[in-house]
Amino acid sequence: MDFKFTDEQTMVFETAAAFLAEASDSAAVRSAMVAANGYQPGDWQRLCEEMYWQAILIPEAHDGLGLGFVEIAGILEKMGERLYCGPFIASAVVATSALAAAGSDQQQASCFPRLLAGQTAALAYLGRSDLWDSGAVTATLVADGDNWRLNGDYQLVAHAAGSDFLLLAAKRPNGELAIAIVETDSAGVTITGHPTMDQTRPLATVTAVDVTVTAGQLLNSGGCCAQLVDDLADIGAISLAADQVGGSQQSLTAAVDYTQERVQFGRTIASFQAIKHKAADMMLKVEAGRSALYYAACVAELWRQSSAAPGQLAEAAAMAKSYCSDAYYFVSGTAVQLFGGVGITAEYDIQLYFKRAKSTESYLGSGNYHRERLAEQLLGPASPADQEAL
Amino acid sequence: MNLAQNRADELFRSEVASWLEQNLSGEFAQLRHRGGPGDEHSFVEERKAWEQCMAAGGWTCIGWPEQHGGRGASIEQQVIFNEEYARAGGPGRIGHIGETLMGPTLIAYGSAEQQARYLPGIREGREFWCQGYSEPSAGSDLGNVKTRAEQAAESGEWRINGQKVWTSWATESNYCFVVARTQPGSVGHKGLGFFMVALDQPGVTVKPIEQLTGSSEFNEVFFDDAVCADSDLVGGPEQGWQVAMALLGFERGVSTLGQQMLFQNELDEVIALAKSNGSYRDVTIRQRIATAHTGLRIMRYNSMRMLAGGEDGSLSKEAMIYKLYWSSWHRNLGNLAMDVMGAQAQLLAGDGYQLSRLQGLFLYSRADTIYGGTNQIQRNLIAERALGMPREPRG
Ligand SMILES: Cc1cc2nc3c(=O)[nH]c(=O)nc-3n(C[C@H](O)[C@H](O)[C@H](O)COP(=O)(O)OP(=O)(O)OC[C@H]3O[C@@H](n4cnc5c(N)ncnc54)[C@H](O)[C@@H]3O)c2cc1C
Repeated sequence: MDFKFTDEQTMVFETAAAFLAEASDSAAVRSAMVAANGYQPGDWQRLCEEMYWQAILIPEAHDGLGLGFVEIAGILEKMGERLYCGPFIASAVVATSALAAAGSDQQQASCFPRLLAGQTAALAYLGRSDLWDSGAVTATLVADGDNWRLNGDYQLVAHAAGSDFLLLAAKRPNGELAIAIVETDSAGVTITGHPTMDQTRPLATVTAVDVTVTAGQLLNSGGCCAQLVDDLADIGAISLAADQVGGSQQSLTAAVDYTQERVQFGRTIASFQAIKHKAADMMLKVEAGRSALYYAACVAELWRQSSAAPGQLAEAAAMAKSYCSDAYYFVSGTAVQLFGGVGITAEYDIQLYFKRAKSTESYLGSGNYHRERLAEQLLGPASPADQEAL
Repeated sequence: MNLAQNRADELFRSEVASWLEQNLSGEFAQLRHRGGPGDEHSFVEERKAWEQCMAAGGWTCIGWPEQHGGRGASIEQQVIFNEEYARAGGPGRIGHIGETLMGPTLIAYGSAEQQARYLPGIREGREFWCQGYSEPSAGSDLGNVKTRAEQAAESGEWRINGQKVWTSWATESNYCFVVARTQPGSVGHKGLGFFMVALDQPGVTVKPIEQLTGSSEFNEVFFDDAVCADSDLVGGPEQGWQVAMALLGFERGVSTLGQQMLFQNELDEVIALAKSNGSYRDVTIRQRIATAHTGLRIMRYNSMRMLAGGEDGSLSKEAMIYKLYWSSWHRNLGNLAMDVMGAQAQLLAGDGYQLSRLQGLFLYSRADTIYGGTNQIQRNLIAERALGMPREPRG
C-alpha cells in the first residue's frame, strides 16, 4: 500500500489549484449560480480546452488521457475548495465511466469525441429518493417491434439541464435493468431544472414518455446493468466525497484566516482556546476524511481496471461518503460560527460552503444511509425475518 | 498511490507470522492475549521470559539500526510486525518502553559508552525501563518539574530528590529515566537534566497506585538521595528538555502504529457480541458499529499517509492528528462495547475485581485521552503547530 502521489500527480493538482483559483473564483461561482443551467457554458468550454479534464477517464485509444481515479479525486478536491459549478462529476466522471465500462466500440466511437469536444452527458436512474442504488429505478423499457419504448420519471438528476445526451436506466419486464443512450432532444424527453437551496449544484427532473430506443442505444450490449448502476452510484458518492474534502479544507482555511484577523477583547479571536480547539477538531475531520477519500480513490481505480474485489467498491464508497458528508457539515457549520455575524451574510462565501455541505451530504446517500450499508456488511440485515430469509 | 502490497514486505509478514506461530506455543501458549490493559500483572515473569525468547529469535528492537543490534526494519515492516504480533495474540510487551522510547533516545542522544552499557539489556529482554516525567505539580505542564538533581563536586555523582507519579511499570522495571532540575532556581524548560536512574537502590521507593480497573499499572516513585553516576546523564546537565521532547516524538510516532490490530481484535469481539446477543437489531448500535469500523479503517489510512511522508519521524499534518484521533476512537469503542453488552456489562466473571477484556477496555480507554498528552493538549498543539494559531498564554 502506497499513499504517496507521483510527481506527475502532484503537478496536475498544483495546476488544477492555480487554474480554479482564477476560473472558479467567488465571482465566477456567483455568476454560475444564477446562470440558466447552473453553470456558464463558456466556462465549461474553457476548462475542456485549457485543462482537457473531460478526457481524464477516456481511454487513450479514443484520444483521451487514460488517467484514473486518483487524478479525478485530487482534481475534485480542488474543485470542492473552489465550489466549482460545472458538470464535471455528472459528465466527465459518472457518465464517462458508464460508457468506458459498458459502451460498445461503436457507442464509444460516437460518444467520446462529443464529450472530448465539450458536450456533456448525465446518468438518470432515480425514480424515488429513499434509495440510491439500482433498486431506485422505476422507469420501464418495453419491447415495441424491433425497438423498445422507454417511460418514466427521474428525480434529482444533477446537471441534466444543459446536457447533450442522457444515460437513462429502465427496468425490463423480466426485472433486468437496461441503460439507454438517449439524445436530450429526442421526442418524449423533457428536462425541467429546479431552483435549489445550494445554487452551486443544479438538479433537474427528467421525464420520458414513449421514448423510442433502438438496440444500438443500449449499454452492455443490452445485458443487465443493475450492478453497473450500483457501481456508478458508488463512483458518484466517492466523487462527492472528494468535493466534500476540498470544501471542508477550504472552510477550515477560511475560518482560521478570519480568526487570525478579527480582534475582540484586545486580542485576535484565534488566541481563544475555545476557538483553537474547534479548529483542531475541524482539522482532524478534514484529514481523516482525506484519508478515507484516498483509500476510496484507489479502490475506484481498481474498479476501473476491473480488479476490485466483490463488495470492495461499495464498502470504500460507504466509508468515504459517510465520513466526508458528516465532516463537511461539521466543518462548514463550525466555520460559520467562527465567522460570527458576517458568516450569516450573503456576501461572505462561507455560507455557500455550508449549503454545499448539506446538499452533497444528502445526495447519493447521507452518513446514516451509508453506515446502514456498512452495518449490513458487518452484521447482516437488521430484521430477523430478513436474516432467516438468507 | 495504490493498494498493492510490496512483495518483500509480504515475505516479511509471513516470516513474522510463522515465527510467532511456532514460538507462542508450549510454555508460552498461555500468554496469548494476556497482559493487556487491566491485565498488566498477569504472568509477569513468564512475559519477561517471552521477551528473552523474542530476543533470541531477533524479534525485539527490529527498528533499531543494525549496528545497535536491531534489524534496521523499515517503518512498514515495524507496522507489519506489530500487526502480526497482535493478530497472533502476543502478550502485552513489558519491554515496550525500553524498546520504543529509551532505546531510540539513546541511539540519537546517548554517548557510545551509554549505548554500549544500556542497549544490549533492552534488546536482550533483560532490563526493563519506566518513564519518570510526571510529578504531582507537573502533568500537562511538564516544564514545572520540581525533582532536584545535585552533583557532588568530588565524585561527580548526582543525588536525586523529589517525587514522580503515574510512573507505569515502575514495579517491574530496572531503570527509570528521570527529568530533574539541575539548576537550582531555574524555571520551565531551562535547567533540566535527563537521568538514567537504577530503581534497585536504597534511595528509591516505588508505591503502586490502584487504578479504576482494580490493577496498578502506574506508581508513585519517591527519590530520597537516590544516586546516579555522571555517566548516566544523557546530554548535558541543561539539555534535559531537548532529550525529553525528542523521546516524546518517538512516543507519538511509530510506537503506537502497531496497536491498530489490537483495536481490530477488540472491534471484532464487539461485532461478534452484537450478532450473538441481538443488539445488532438496534438501529443506533448498527450506526455506531459502522462508525467504529470506518473510524478504524481511516486510522489505518492516516498512518499510511504518515508513512508516505518519510521516515524521519517529523510530524506531518496527518501525524499531528494521530494521537487525538486514535485516543478518541478507542474511548468511543469502549463505550460502544458497554452499550452492546447492555446491563449484562455490570456482571463480573468472578471474585475480586476481574474484568473481561471489553469491561477493561471501557475503563482503561479513559486513560488514552489523558496520557502522552491529553486531548486538550493535543488540540493546542494542532492549532498552534499545524494551523499557526497563537500560543497559549502562560500564567
Ligand atoms: C494510565 C496512565 C499512565 C501514565 N504513565 C506515565 C508514565 O509512565 N510516566 C509519566 O511520566 N507519566 C505518565 N502518565 C501521566 C500523564 O502523562 C499525565 O497524566 C498527563 O500528562 C496529564 O497530566 P495530569 O494528570 O497532571 O493532568 P493535568 O495536567 O492536571 O490536566 C487535567 C485536565 O486539565 C486539562 N489541561 C491541562 N492543561 C491544559 C491546557 N493548557 N489547556 C487546556 N486544558 C488543559 C487536561 O487536558 C486535563 O483534562 C500516565 C497517565 C496515565 C493516565
